Amino acid sequence: MNISLLLLAILAMMVLAFQVGRNRAVRVVGGHSHIRHLHSLPAYYGYYAALWVGIPALLLVLLWIGLQERVITILVVEQLPPSLTVALSDGHLSLLINDIKNLATGNITSGKITSEIQAAADHYHQLQSFASIGLWSLVFSIAGLGMSIAWHRTQPAFRARNRVESILLLIMILFSSLAILTTLGIVLSVLFESIQFFQKISWTEFFFGIQWSPQIALRADQVGASGSFGAIPLFTGTLLISGIAMLVAVPIGLLSAIYLSEYASTRVRSIAKPILEILAGIPTVVYGFFAALTVAPLIRDWGEAIGLTVASESALAAGLVMGVMIIPFVSSLSDDVINAVPQSMRDGSYALGATQSETVRRVIFPAALPGIVGGVLLAISRAIGETMIVVMAAGLAANLTANPLASVTTVTVQIVTLLTGDQEFDSAKTLAAFALGLTLFVVTLMLNVIALHIVRKYREQYE
Amino acid sequence: MNTAVQVVNTRIGIVTATDLEQDQSFTRTLGEITSPNARMQCRNINVWYANKQAIKDVSLDIGKHEVVAMIGPSGCGKSTFLRCLNRMNDTIPIARVNGSIKLDGKEILDRGIDVVPLRAQVGMVFQKPNPFPKSIYENIAYGPRIHGLTTSRTELDELVEISLRRAGLWNEVKDRLNQAGTGLSGGQQQRLCIARTIAVSPEVILMDEPCSALDPIATAIIEELIDELRAHYSIAIVTHSMQQAARVSQRTAYFHLGDLVEVGPTEQIFNQPQHKLTEDYITGRFG
Repeated sequence: MNISLLLLAILAMMVLAFQVGRNRAVRVVGGHSHIRHLHSLPAYYGYYAALWVGIPALLLVLLWIGLQERVITILVVEQLPPSLTVALSDGHLSLLINDIKNLATGNITSGKITSEIQAAADHYHQLQSFASIGLWSLVFSIAGLGMSIAWHRTQPAFRARNRVESILLLIMILFSSLAILTTLGIVLSVLFESIQFFQKISWTEFFFGIQWSPQIALRADQVGASGSFGAIPLFTGTLLISGIAMLVAVPIGLLSAIYLSEYASTRVRSIAKPILEILAGIPTVVYGFFAALTVAPLIRDWGEAIGLTVASESALAAGLVMGVMIIPFVSSLSDDVINAVPQSMRDGSYALGATQSETVRRVIFPAALPGIVGGVLLAISRAIGETMIVVMAAGLAANLTANPLASVTTVTVQIVTLLTGDQEFDSAKTLAAFALGLTLFVVTLMLNVIALHIVRKYREQYE
Repeated sequence: MNTAVQVVNTRIGIVTATDLEQDQSFTRTLGEITSPNARMQCRNINVWYANKQAIKDVSLDIGKHEVVAMIGPSGCGKSTFLRCLNRMNDTIPIARVNGSIKLDGKEILDRGIDVVPLRAQVGMVFQKPNPFPKSIYENIAYGPRIHGLTTSRTELDELVEISLRRAGLWNEVKDRLNQAGTGLSGGQQQRLCIARTIAVSPEVILMDEPCSALDPIATAIIEELIDELRAHYSIAIVTHSMQQAARVSQRTAYFHLGDLVEVGPTEQIFNQPQHKLTEDYITGRFG
């Protein structure tokens, strides 16, 4: 409500505390000409005071926001006459509480307004304004307390700089662990949903079944309601499309990397490399249009011209375009490792009378190979996780086939399909998306770990 | 055949105004630039990196069964000169070389000359040991393979053994030929690089400060090796160590700021240098 105003007030108090702390530090040693008697520069005493004023107050506000609503609700419910609450289930009780809150804030209520509810609403309103006053006064007194602590500690021998820096260090640790915890949270949430899924569908069916048709009956007597959750067709579809993508990306990316790093003049390199890297900046949805509207019809027409049956959403089209998207990954990672091969290797080879291509094939490429393999593995994990191109260009039919001209579907496409539209969030159909997501996550994580391990091992060789 | 008289300083538009040069302006190379039994004859070599001239009109012979040492302060052009001898400067796009270098009477500086056979004849060992990240055997076999020197595996095995023996490394590595060349010690790696060069049966071996990355014991072994190799090859060695030049070489050439100041029998250069600059460098007044 007026929390933002409160935060502004805290900020203002911090600025004030900074000024006061700094001036106090200067005055303690008797003026600007004596500041060398201070342990730290005066500004550090200012920061120290500001932190003492700001951090406890902010923590209090956070805590208060988290608890206020709950405490007030409990108090209001306790005040309600037992005749109103005793017969109610949890769901009805929360509806009643909602009504009270709506009434208190002046919104429309769902039920009839009885005198008891009106009283409860008044009580709620009163508690809220009381809480607000309480929070403001508490924040001010805590800030004042912080200021007085900082004020008393501001002595010439006090190590303000070290204190401020260790607090900043703590804040940085806090923020970086926030990122890690978020990742952990994502993994756990996917994991728990997946466990729910595997309680409904056995993991053997999911990992080894060859029939994918994620249907769940809405009514018990529905026709064609028996779903099957064999994910093998999705895995093979993903592999087929990624495989085609790698067949495109690896040769093109690698050869262009070799050309750019070994043969191209500085001028060509300075123009060609950024252009190649623009490919990485094109939004995948644009690649999706390109695959669905240009490449797929083209392949179908060509196929028909030579008498082949080609699906309009063929694995080939999606794979080709995905391959183009991945070229810059392969080429720029390979370029890096090829450039990391020391010039002395090239000199040694040239001095033995090797030509440039012999040097590239027999010295540079083998030396860079581990790094190139690492780069390719990273590209594969990127291909497996790629969503937008396949959603637009690959099909939905879960065919178990190795024919690149047929329509296949991928893990990512099915996740999107399962989670769009109106869903029950505890049906096997929806939960299957989480199981697929977990599988995808584990596979790409493993690929990344292996790739990074290989790349790092390779780097150590020349350092 | 004394061509020293012909060597006149013809610098164009480059003024290197150090105090030393103002005091003792350089006019022509002192001493005997020719060798009675020359394998390589370099005449009037000029090298430019972009617009900076690195070598000015250097003429020098390298004789058969002879070690020629090139000494001089950093940046004096001795390494650049060495790299002309097997045209390694071709790998630097901004480098320009003119003049004449003859190997056994055949001109090698022409654009039309293929560097592949030239570099097989004129091998090079670098400052930092640079074995390929392959096995010891493959490091030696690399050169013979790309030049097609052997026709069978047994021949190649023999060649590898001979090369390693000549480089004095055979006894240390004969039981682990399949292990990585990069796993050897620094001194062993450098001898591996020498063996690699020997394997393509060169006539001349160029060494660019081959011991500067090695400890004194490894250095002593390499120096001994250089003396043995003289029986088969002509050797040109760039070194920062005057003691090393005195120990291994028969002739010594002193370079200064791109000029070949003085060249002569090693003993004479170290005992009775003719040029003031040489004397200053030898006696440690600078450099």
